[in-house]
Amino acid sequence: MNKVRENYVRPLDLKHGRVDMTHGSGGRAMAQLIEELFAKHFDNEFLRQGNDGSVLPPLTLGGRLVMSCDGHVVSPLFFPGGDIGCLSVHGTLNDVAVMGAQPLYLAASFILEEGLPLADLARIVASMAKAAKDAGVPIVTGDTKVVEAGKADGIFITTTGVGVLPEGVALSGDRARPGDVILLSGTLGDHGMAIMAQRESLGFSAPILSDTAALHGLIAAMLATGADIRCLRDPTRGGLATTLNEIARQSGVGMMLDEAAIPVNGEVAAACEFLGLDPLYVANEGKLVAVVAAADADRLLAAMRAHPQGARAAKIGTVLVDDHHFVQMTTGFGGRRIVDWLTGEQLPRIC
Amino acid sequence: MKYVDEFRDGGLARGLAVAIAAEASPARRYSFMEFCGGHTHAISRYGVGDLLPAHVRMVHGPGCPVCVLPIGRVDMAIALALRHGVILCTYGDCLRVPASDGLSLMKAKAGVGNMRGDVRMVYSSADALKIAQDNPGRQVVFFAIGFETTTPPTAVVIKQAAALGLDNFSVLCCHVLTPSAISNILESPEVRELGTVPLDGFIGPAHVSTVIGSAPYEFFAEEFRKPVVIAGFEPLDVMQAILMLVRQVNEGRAEVENEFARAVTREGNLKAQNLVSEIFELRRAFEWRGLGLVPYSALKIRREYARFDAEVRFPLDYRSVADNKACECGAILRGVKRPQDCKLFGTVCTPENPIGSCMVSSEGACAAHYTYGRYKDTQ
Repeated sequence: MNKVRENYVRPLDLKHGRVDMTHGSGGRAMAQLIEELFAKHFDNEFLRQGNDGSVLPPLTLGGRLVMSCDGHVVSPLFFPGGDIGCLSVHGTLNDVAVMGAQPLYLAASFILEEGLPLADLARIVASMAKAAKDAGVPIVTGDTKVVEAGKADGIFITTTGVGVLPEGVALSGDRARPGDVILLSGTLGDHGMAIMAQRESLGFSAPILSDTAALHGLIAAMLATGADIRCLRDPTRGGLATTLNEIARQSGVGMMLDEAAIPVNGEVAAACEFLGLDPLYVANEGKLVAVVAAADADRLLAAMRAHPQGARAAKIGTVLVDDHHFVQMTTGFGGRRIVDWLTGEQLPRIC
Repeated sequence: MKYVDEFRDGGLARGLAVAIAAEASPARRYSFMEFCGGHTHAISRYGVGDLLPAHVRMVHGPGCPVCVLPIGRVDMAIALALRHGVILCTYGDCLRVPASDGLSLMKAKAGVGNMRGDVRMVYSSADALKIAQDNPGRQVVFFAIGFETTTPPTAVVIKQAAALGLDNFSVLCCHVLTPSAISNILESPEVRELGTVPLDGFIGPAHVSTVIGSAPYEFFAEEFRKPVVIAGFEPLDVMQAILMLVRQVNEGRAEVENEFARAVTREGNLKAQNLVSEIFELRRAFEWRGLGLVPYSALKIRREYARFDAEVRFPLDYRSVADNKACECGAILRGVKRPQDCKLFGTVCTPENPIGSCMVSSEGACAAHYTYGRYKDTQ
């Protein structure tokens, strides 16, 4: 008797298998990879349409669309507190959310390097799926390409996000005005130092965890206060210093920060000290900066602190008139300095 | 953070500022040179200058390893990467130093014409040795720069390479010596005769002194009648050292005092010194950017270890290359000019597009002033 089951296809070997060139060829191997990994984990009604693109429902509540995209090349792929998968979801969601928009959909494009263990890929895809599900934002379309060994570094993920901006919300980096107050949602440098500690094998007794997280819940709570928020930004690559310099230039203003008010976790401060880095320039993946009208600052700060992601929110500075658009800081030591644009490359491949 | 915050305490800083203001005589000016780039950086980053009275002025010295590296040495490193096809390992600071023909190691890494240099940034000499062990088929050269602080780790890897019998590892040695540079400044005509650079004392190096000890500075104090206070790199160390220098000047003393007693002894680290003298010997002369040819101011690898000397292993010629004519790095490194006195500062020469070496390293006087202090120029 023939024991071969009809229509049996040997499943992907998620234990010992590796990505090979056939997984990007457009043939059956690719279809199987998509089916058994991506479609399975990301499953939703839009992906199930199974077409080259997904047809999305009309916007019912009005408002304008916001769109953003972000490439992720972080090394290592797995780090304390997260991995490239959830990072690629959070990064793009946050770029949409800091515009004041409610994120609706995500698209994901994968560049896989030949030889990537399928077990790693499965872990990454599962992490993406969980992050998207937790955020309530489905991944509705995607693409996979495979390049030869040595032409990439395991996996690169580009995600695109679409959101809807409610009427009346207009956050922009050019709206900061002298007198405004600068708020920060929590501690600086956790993501960057989690990666660096991993790369440099710094053996901390308690590992530094990346702060990677989706911020749209916190942002919704902030918008609900009705405070006159001029601008929101998530200080990722280049850190807080870069973000504030961008806003200062866009708005044509200066800023004065108070170093003593800027929260930094003890382990992060120690790791920065050890590696000669400044937490002001280290990447964050779950923090935001808000510039708000002075009259509304306390109310907004209270709302941020009431949200779990803003428990350590702080008022860190004010916006000034300054034709040079300098971001300056009163140091904890009692002096004054510029907090300049980042020069060169501090931490390559951080996100 | 324990053992760090204590040295950056704003309250203690205000106390020291009051003491300095009270003791510095308003009838005279005080000019102190901080030799080390580490001090320059701390002064700018923490805003130490804002806590000093107007008649106590800090002059930046040449103690920034990247800044004093002459163009010709960087050219040699680039030639190794591009023409000799080696894996060139370097500390990150060196990557952006402008060299001849508009090149830098960073540009060599990105590719020049159809040549692309395999340039790798390392955090320590040990990383370079590891790269050599991992790439037995390639020649690996460590671009060794720095003062006495970074010399012992270079000595260690040369010794290890010898023990391992590695035949694909060598060192392009550019290690320089602090005392020679201080002598050079004190003997320069600007300081000795013309008096254009009034120097009333030195803040002595922190990390360098942990290796060489405080004894080598006794000569300057005695011979040139200049007080030296060795200080740690934390801002309170610097403030305390300034107060000690003011007191020496007021009392007419010229002694070596050690503010950094928690790490520096009179003799220094004998083990490190012995290791260095086992591997290295004095060069007869070495060109410094800013100071020119300074006799017996640098180290080279001893003949016994010559097989690890990149200058012996590869056909390399040192060619002296003049700085850009408008660049004032030389005068700035000697304390004759301030960064903002240079026409190129902040316009043509910025940290993104440095013309001179003082704008490259975060320890360089120009980079420190541009990054942290240039708001003062607008007031």
